[in-house]
Amino acid sequence: MRHDKILKRLLGAAPALLLGGCNAVLLNPSGDVALQQRNLIYTATGLMLIVILPVIVATILFAWRYRAANRKARHDPDWDHSTRLELVIWSVPLMIIIALGSITWVSTHLLDPYRPLSRISADKPLAAHVEPLTVEVVALDWKWLFIYPEYGFATVNELAAPVDRPIRFKITASSVMNSFFIPALAGQIYAMPGMQTMLHAVINAPGDYEGMSANYSGAGFSGMHFRFHGLDQAGFDQWVARIRAAGGVLDRAAYLALERPSENDPVRRWAAVDPDLYRLILNRCVRPGSTCMSDLVQPMEK
Amino acid sequence: MDLRTWILGRLSLEAIPYHEPILVATFAGVAVIGLAVLALMTRYRLWGPLWRDWVVSIDHKKIGIMYMVLGVVMLLRGFADAAMMRLQQAVSFGDALGYLPPHHYDQIFTAHGVIMIFFVAMPFITGLMNYVVPLQIGARDVAFPFLNNFSFWMTTGGAVLVMMSLFVGEFARTGWLAYPPLSGLDFSPDVGVDYYIWALQVAGVGTLLSGINLAVTIIKMRAPGMKLMKMPVFTWTALCTNILIIITFPVLTATLALLGMDRYLGTQFFTNDLGGNPMMYVNLIWIWGHPEVYILILPLFGAFSEIAATYCGKRLFGYTSMVYATIVITVLSYLVWLHHFFTMGSGASVNSFFGITTMVISIPTGAKIFNWLFTMYRGRIRFELPMMWTVAFMITFVIGGMTGVLLAVPPADFVLHNSLFLIAHFHNVIIGGVVFGVFAAINYWFPKAFGFRLNAFWGKCSFWCWVVGFWVAFMPLYILGLMGVTRRLSHFEDPSLQVWFQVAAAGAVLIALGIAFFLVQIYVSWRDREALRDVTGDPWDGRTLEWSTSSPPPDYNFAFTPRVHERDAWWHMKQSDYRRPEDGFVDIHMPRNTAAGFILAALSSVLGFALIWHMWAPAIAAFVLLVAAAIGHTFNYRRDTHVRAQDVTRTEHARTLQLARHV
Amino acid sequence: MSDTHILHASAAGGPAAADASRFIVREPHHPENGTLLGFWIYLMSDCLIFACLFAVYGVQGRAYAGGPTGAQLFDLPLVAVNTAMLLLSSITYGFAMLESQRGRLRPTLAWLVVTGLFGLAFLGLELHEFHHLIGHGAGPGRSAFLSSFFALVGTHGLHVTFGIVWLVTLLFQLGRHGLIPENRRRLMCLSMFWHFLDVVWIGVFTFVYLMGVLP
Repeated sequence: MRHDKILKRLLGAAPALLLGGCNAVLLNPSGDVALQQRNLIYTATGLMLIVILPVIVATILFAWRYRAANRKARHDPDWDHSTRLELVIWSVPLMIIIALGSITWVSTHLLDPYRPLSRISADKPLAAHVEPLTVEVVALDWKWLFIYPEYGFATVNELAAPVDRPIRFKITASSVMNSFFIPALAGQIYAMPGMQTMLHAVINAPGDYEGMSANYSGAGFSGMHFRFHGLDQAGFDQWVARIRAAGGVLDRAAYLALERPSENDPVRRWAAVDPDLYRLILNRCVRPGSTCMSDLVQPMEK
Repeated sequence: MDLRTWILGRLSLEAIPYHEPILVATFAGVAVIGLAVLALMTRYRLWGPLWRDWVVSIDHKKIGIMYMVLGVVMLLRGFADAAMMRLQQAVSFGDALGYLPPHHYDQIFTAHGVIMIFFVAMPFITGLMNYVVPLQIGARDVAFPFLNNFSFWMTTGGAVLVMMSLFVGEFARTGWLAYPPLSGLDFSPDVGVDYYIWALQVAGVGTLLSGINLAVTIIKMRAPGMKLMKMPVFTWTALCTNILIIITFPVLTATLALLGMDRYLGTQFFTNDLGGNPMMYVNLIWIWGHPEVYILILPLFGAFSEIAATYCGKRLFGYTSMVYATIVITVLSYLVWLHHFFTMGSGASVNSFFGITTMVISIPTGAKIFNWLFTMYRGRIRFELPMMWTVAFMITFVIGGMTGVLLAVPPADFVLHNSLFLIAHFHNVIIGGVVFGVFAAINYWFPKAFGFRLNAFWGKCSFWCWVVGFWVAFMPLYILGLMGVTRRLSHFEDPSLQVWFQVAAAGAVLIALGIAFFLVQIYVSWRDREALRDVTGDPWDGRTLEWSTSSPPPDYNFAFTPRVHERDAWWHMKQSDYRRPEDGFVDIHMPRNTAAGFILAALSSVLGFALIWHMWAPAIAAFVLLVAAAIGHTFNYRRDTHVRAQDVTRTEHARTLQLARHV
Repeated sequence: MSDTHILHASAAGGPAAADASRFIVREPHHPENGTLLGFWIYLMSDCLIFACLFAVYGVQGRAYAGGPTGAQLFDLPLVAVNTAMLLLSSITYGFAMLESQRGRLRPTLAWLVVTGLFGLAFLGLELHEFHHLIGHGAGPGRSAFLSSFFALVGTHGLHVTFGIVWLVTLLFQLGRHGLIPENRRRLMCLSMFWHFLDVVWIGVFTFVYLMGVLP
């Protein structure tokens, strides 16, 4: 076990050392889900190097040894078949893929974004009665709207969560396909109009992290990033209080104004939000008089 | 609608981008070069020969060369787009906004992808297959020579439409696959996406017909004795590629037609409301898109096989295994498409299935790499340029393949999807595989097509610039992807990223040099062609039938159809002390040149342009003319001609003399 | 001097010629004609386009968006008559092929004309149906269900139209050149095309109309 940990730390440090201290957030994430995904990257790479490294070395070796000028090397012009070699050539990669495939099956199910978390981190299990923090996310042109239904407030381009509390994101979009992505926290998932996707994640260390859209959505795409604050409980409570002090209501009219295309939006906060607003956005009937998709067909909840 | 709208649609003088200095300068440059070319052609009276010997030619060799020329020309445009992107991303940080506003930058990255895939890589592989396959199987031409000509001009028509979007209107701002709803009428109401749709529909017809053509050629027109398992590996990969084209391009046609219907007829396939489903588009377009990348690589795998065997002076290792690996890759390529959108939320079981099938493809691909490796083992390797490109490919491509298998693990993909790591991965395999392969193939088969070798010095300059340049340009992108940077951004806030983009830009400069040296190589080789002349027709001591002909081959390829006994037919003939027949020549039945292909393709492009600009009256006129011309062509029953025995005799005697003098 | 070289080489014709003929075919070699295979492959690619349209219909065939459903719109008796027209046209095309194989030009042309008339009847009824639907606000833009309906049925109809144009062209060409091998190949290709459209229609009839009126 100790060797495992040392090896893991070495493996974790090596790329960071190689990358010369540049902040490769995927290799040094602060969220447990992202951390498990990083470990998968290492495992998969390691398994493949078993084949790749010898192939590259052999290519260079053979190219050198069997160059025409080297008359000492054996020349076998009609040797074109070896059953034993073929067996090795097909079965070694096959075994590696079987290993990788099994890891894939298991990890894809464990790290399914729709699956509620089963732990806070490697050394912190999930307590039984903990309620995840629910955040409703709407990708607009070209900013992010975050609605906190438990607190009844909303922000644009600012997201915060307490450290070590599971977060459940419910995600949709207003116009075109985007992708909700906070690299330090967890993997991304598409945000699509008229549909809801979900992401479960937890932030394990306080800090200021970058969030973005990872699917090109038009002219303002480059400006469509936001800050995600991982805060201890006191810090989070202060953040909540600041939002409540901001005043204002995000009602249907305010949302329709917000929905209009804009770029490089600054942070905005509303102390109150229409409790039905997210449902209306998801069903594409915020505009008075429009028909909700749920009245036509079930909204595509995935 | 008034008459003006019926005729001019939404076309107006505003469509010409006078306000964009970069475009105005580009237009000036293109105009100058264009006028110079026109002037030179008139001065040297080349219009007649151009028309007679090239435009209306149904000779697969001429058509193959024209495809290669199209690919090179479009490579320059596609690379210019890449250079502009690298420059913008190297400077646009914080308050500095760079020189390309999003409106322009977003067209550039869309055009870059579309051009490189459809108008550089596809023409290159089609050109190679067109030139080489009939010669390798001992045939005189492809199964449907007129359709071959038509296919080429349709591809060119699509390219013309894309190029026109530079100067009249604008191109799509959606990315190269134009996902809706962004590409729908609500969010892209202007002509850009319409240019995209019609350029690809016109070119797509050409590609599909070409696929049918080459598949039937390989199935029906092999020389007597050439059973399937005696075919050269390049022909095998060509067969699998063309089968892939046949079973995948219709999906693209249908999908773009549906998007077109949304935009032109107000249907609800991919809209947000009234039942539309953009996810359906994503599935369909990738059902086409994944086999497409295998279409691009398989012919080059075949080329590498021929090249490895030739320059290692050795039989290709594991021929049977190579063939089965190719077939397995062909079948499996149809079962992996979802790995392009693991993040769309399909659920763990679906994601795992597609992740696993994607990984399984690496097994036959790896088998091929091993087979090339063991072809080198105990060979006697001559490091001519094609072999240098092959070794560079083997090392570069396996790294790209490794990052691909990594991306095939869905949870890993969740953090890497759409990042610069992804960009680095697919450029790694496409440049390392397709581009390196194309340069290898060009250096290998150029002497066959033109009768003289390519200059080795400039070729090596080009080689080193490309190989080093590729790594300098794309390693930083792997790192940036791991730093959480996503693709298609034209501006950044984090200054710590800038150095990596600057390194990548330096890599792009090296690649630019690589391309420049390639053009120099062509020019110097032509200039020094007598010194580089090959009269034997077999400068590399080749193994397959194309090397049995003169360089270039006569129009009819073979005076007598070859009879094949073994794999590596030409090598077997040489080992058996084969002597060329010098008499007894007979009339040879050949297809006749025709202008119909060019005319039909030109009308198709005019129709496409009219539809883009909603010029309904010209569109109807072009459509009517197109149908009339097509029907008119079917009334032409005199499609063939004969090369008389005395002309064959004269050509063959001249070759006998040429060979005798060389000895 | 070089001439003597050639003469000398062919004088030594015996063993060299025998050797050469192992590797060449001295007689004029005509590869098998690939038209029928090529057309069949093209037809399969066309089938794939229809497969995509069926798939889209499969996904969006119940996306009524609050608008009319298949049960409300489809006039099954009319569709039955339409289907009969198309199936009969396939039978009459078959008769045309039989006559052409017997080498009888005028009966061939006659059966082709009957086929074309059945085809036109099919198209006429289909256009009537579309006109009716659009007139009642059930056009292709009303919902994804209707979009995919019109795309699938409409694409089939466009193919039938193209087939009729081809048929008329072939009538002229048969009239001019008769039942020469080239025209026989063309008849065979149109035959494959026509029957293929029949098969696709059976799919449309089943999945769109019959299953579409089910709840």
